[in-house]
Amino acid sequence: MSDSWDVVVVGAGIVGAACARECASRGLRTVVVEGSVVGGGATAAGMGHIVVMDDSPAQLALTRYSQDLWAHLAERLPANVEFETCGTLWVALDEEEMEEVRRKRAVYASAGVASEILDSDALEEAEPHLRRPMAGALLVRSDAVIYPPCAAAWLMEEAMRAGAVLSGPRRVVGVGAGRVRLDDRSELRGGRIVVACGAESAELLPEIPVRKRKGHLVITDRYPGLVRHQLVELGYLKSAHSLTADSVAFNVQPRKTGQVLIGSSRQFGDEGAAVRTEIVSAMLERAQFYLPEIGACSAIRTWTGFRAATPDKLPLIGRWPGDETVLLATGHEGLGITTSLATARLIADALTGATSEISTQPYLPARFFGERRVAGFEVDPPQQRSEVHA
Amino acid sequence: MFDHPSAGVVAAEKGNERLELRYGKLILATGARELFLPFPGWTLPGICGAGGLDAMARGGLPVSGKRVVVAGTGPLLLAVAAHVAARGAKVVAICEQAPLRSLIQFAGRMLGQPAKLAQGIRYRWAVRAPMYFGCWPVEARGDGALEKVTLRTRLRRWTVTCDFLACGFHLVPNTELAQLIGCRIEDGLVAVDEMQRTSVENVLCAGEPTGIGGVEMAVIEGQIAGLAAAGALNEAGKFVPRRRKMLGFVRALREAFVLDPELRRLASDATIVCRCEDVVYGDLRRYSGWRDAKLQTRCGMGPCQGRICGAAAEFLFGWCVEGVRPPAFPVLVASLATASTVSEEVQEGS
Amino acid sequence: MREEMRPVLLTVNGRSVEVAEGTTVAAAVLISGAPTRRSVSGEARAPLCGMGICFECRVAIDGRPHQRSCQIVCAAGMDVRTL
Ligand SMILES: Cc1cc2nc3c(=O)[nH]c(=O)nc-3n(C[C@H](O)[C@H](O)[C@H](O)COP(=O)(O)OP(=O)(O)OC[C@H]3O[C@@H](n4cnc5c(N)ncnc54)[C@H](O)[C@@H]3O)c2cc1C
Ligand SMILES: Cc1cc2nc3c(=O)[nH]c(=O)nc-3n(C[C@H](O)[C@H](O)[C@H](O)COP(=O)(O)OP(=O)(O)OC[C@H]3O[C@@H](n4cnc5c(N)ncnc54)[C@H](O)[C@@H]3O)c2cc1C
Ligand code: FES
Repeated sequence: MSDSWDVVVVGAGIVGAACARECASRGLRTVVVEGSVVGGGATAAGMGHIVVMDDSPAQLALTRYSQDLWAHLAERLPANVEFETCGTLWVALDEEEMEEVRRKRAVYASAGVASEILDSDALEEAEPHLRRPMAGALLVRSDAVIYPPCAAAWLMEEAMRAGAVLSGPRRVVGVGAGRVRLDDRSELRGGRIVVACGAESAELLPEIPVRKRKGHLVITDRYPGLVRHQLVELGYLKSAHSLTADSVAFNVQPRKTGQVLIGSSRQFGDEGAAVRTEIVSAMLERAQFYLPEIGACSAIRTWTGFRAATPDKLPLIGRWPGDETVLLATGHEGLGITTSLATARLIADALTGATSEISTQPYLPARFFGERRVAGFEVDPPQQRSEVHA
Repeated sequence: MFDHPSAGVVAAEKGNERLELRYGKLILATGARELFLPFPGWTLPGICGAGGLDAMARGGLPVSGKRVVVAGTGPLLLAVAAHVAARGAKVVAICEQAPLRSLIQFAGRMLGQPAKLAQGIRYRWAVRAPMYFGCWPVEARGDGALEKVTLRTRLRRWTVTCDFLACGFHLVPNTELAQLIGCRIEDGLVAVDEMQRTSVENVLCAGEPTGIGGVEMAVIEGQIAGLAAAGALNEAGKFVPRRRKMLGFVRALREAFVLDPELRRLASDATIVCRCEDVVYGDLRRYSGWRDAKLQTRCGMGPCQGRICGAAAEFLFGWCVEGVRPPAFPVLVASLATASTVSEEVQEGS
Repeated sequence: MREEMRPVLLTVNGRSVEVAEGTTVAAAVLISGAPTRRSVSGEARAPLCGMGICFECRVAIDGRPHQRSCQIVCAAGMDVRTL
């Protein structure tokens, strides 16, 4: 292996793999160092919902851009990525939530994302097993679902076809000044280092404001047709989420296999991987409320994963002011599967000096640098719209 | 039983009901399952476990007049052959993968256990089928269901017609619950002290999960565990020497029926290994370990939770299969949804 | 388990099957001549382990899919469908 690279990517989750593919395809000599298996981190835990979200204009811009990139890639993805444009239904229980449906539709429309309002009857036809009556829903047809670990593996294979090298399993123990130190005391040299270690990024660079936010998921046996779209509640409006408390929301997904994937929960402060019975239980009660028949389905597996959360719910993409050779590609919270492809574009643009298709400003790590809070951050991020997403 | 939400509590499902049981002492006696090794055609209807066919016959499956091949390894084969023969099946062959040499040694060591030896001889006597050693099925064929099995020994290959192939490669201890509870596992077995106590306070374990030793051993361990759990340590102590004496049998079993490494070559690239998700051998062997293979191929992601393919993969590839989580067994979503321990905080959040 | 002479009548894929009391649903399905399920890639499958571990014997009983038939005893009037 050459000991000097244009780019060293640390971490081969979906974000690192996407970055490697983009860099290699632009002719950069790229090596990826992975401490475990490709796509085995949060990428193996995520729901794989490719979704446009509107918490903030910056989030909308990034998710929309990335979803387009996925749509363009769709026909080249191998079958095991299980790409399916099943669409999202944001379901409203009552008139108050229908207000949110209308607001959301207007925001999406302003960003060029088509969506439709379904009334109670139309929703019943679209999802016959949902609790009745529901007030209606917003249907976003362009949202999709993938199987993230195979997507990451495919992106990595593409990167390797374009000349990138995968090195591992080896853990990186330090980065800076164009050097990447490995746990076997060897070193890699790279013009630039891209840190894509997901929720573990702060272990390498403790000053990065990334915290672990735990999530639980449950999957059922195969019940084809029980659910047809990704179903997400709008109930967060009333449930007065305190961000310090653990929270659960109704968020279920039809897998291409016919299985139903049930989410979702969010917890700060629990950094153990163990499945917490009370969280699973609360989450499933919520699911049963919306989808009464799910109770009679066989649950075959539960698991947990860690999202990389930032104080403003936006990822950290671009140069890290702490070291001119280091770039960050982390902090994607519950949207890293969706935004991986866009992240890779922005990173490769920064490395090659190309102009990006969307403004990179909102995601630059510099926004936190120099602040007093950089060593960590308070649990309460600024006001946010939706806590319901996976 | 599928979960151990906190010390002193187990969660179980009975019918469609969730039960929450509080315990002072918990005795795990989860037994063992058969080891199944994949070979071309092994997924055809008509092929089942050795113990599997026995259980099915006891469950009312008529075997009378059916041609049965019993294959795999372990003392169970003879027992199953005798049981199904007694129900009128025509056992056409008994194929033991271990060489005759190992079996003779095993019988020699059984001289100290005349009852077991006599039982073996009785079983053998009851079945008039030929018994082959160093022998196993290499391929099964049939149109929609089993019709023919090709068997091999070191010297020859031949094909027999049959209705059932009852094939099991001895037993795999069911340690999943113990793992879930956090009991220390050593060499694939639940570690216990002389009183059958596991590394977890108030949790005991008896029977196959602590070592494959047959029914007598399991009964002795059960007695020790029961007495120890009830606090009658002196009483329990009286059984300890008998258990110790049986350990020789456990070792003899393990040594006599050790799997021939040739069995690793049974599967071809197109042979299904994971029956829940139809993952073939050729797709698995590219991976470096269980987790990678599982994530990329879905091997072990079906409802059996890897109990069948995981044990096979451990033998075939030397992989270490880990990752037990609640539910230790598939249960209804409703059963997972009602935990009595929901904290205030969580209820508010939802 | 001794076979009782009292028969139990149930249907497998709509066809009547008569079995002895105490017979498992798995055995009844095999008696009817049907495989228990089609695998993910469409293969016919039948019970493997007979003890509730392998899930090959899954059928729908009275409309509920994914029931392990080797662990369930036949009851009069059961409607069994292979998957
Ligand atoms: C429950 C849950 C549900 C989710 N649902 C969705 C969803 O529906 N849609 C969506 O878009 N997103 C979702 N997400 C978020 C998404 O999963 C993550 O944002 C995404 O997987 C992050 O990818 P990553 O590559 O940054 O991180 P990871 O996948 O965690 O990859 C990081 C990699 O870096 C490696 N690594 C770390 N440290 C080192 C080191 N020092 N040396 C070498 N290697 C190292 C790790 O081994 C790992 O492979 C969900 C997350 C969770 C937890
Ligand atoms: C089919 C078969 C035939 C055999 N024939 C012979 C023989 O002829 N002679 C001989 O010496 N040995 C024989 N053996 C071995 C012998 O039965 C065992 O050695 C003995 O039964 C071990 O007892 P055990 O209590 O450990 O396990 P088992 O008898 O297997 O009992 C385990 C019990 O635990 C239950 N269980 C498992 N997991 C859970 C859970 N999560 N929640 C609740 N319950 C659970 C099971 O349903 C089962 O009832 C045979 C084994 C098998 C599998
Ligand atoms: S036959 Fe294996 S679970 Fe029923």
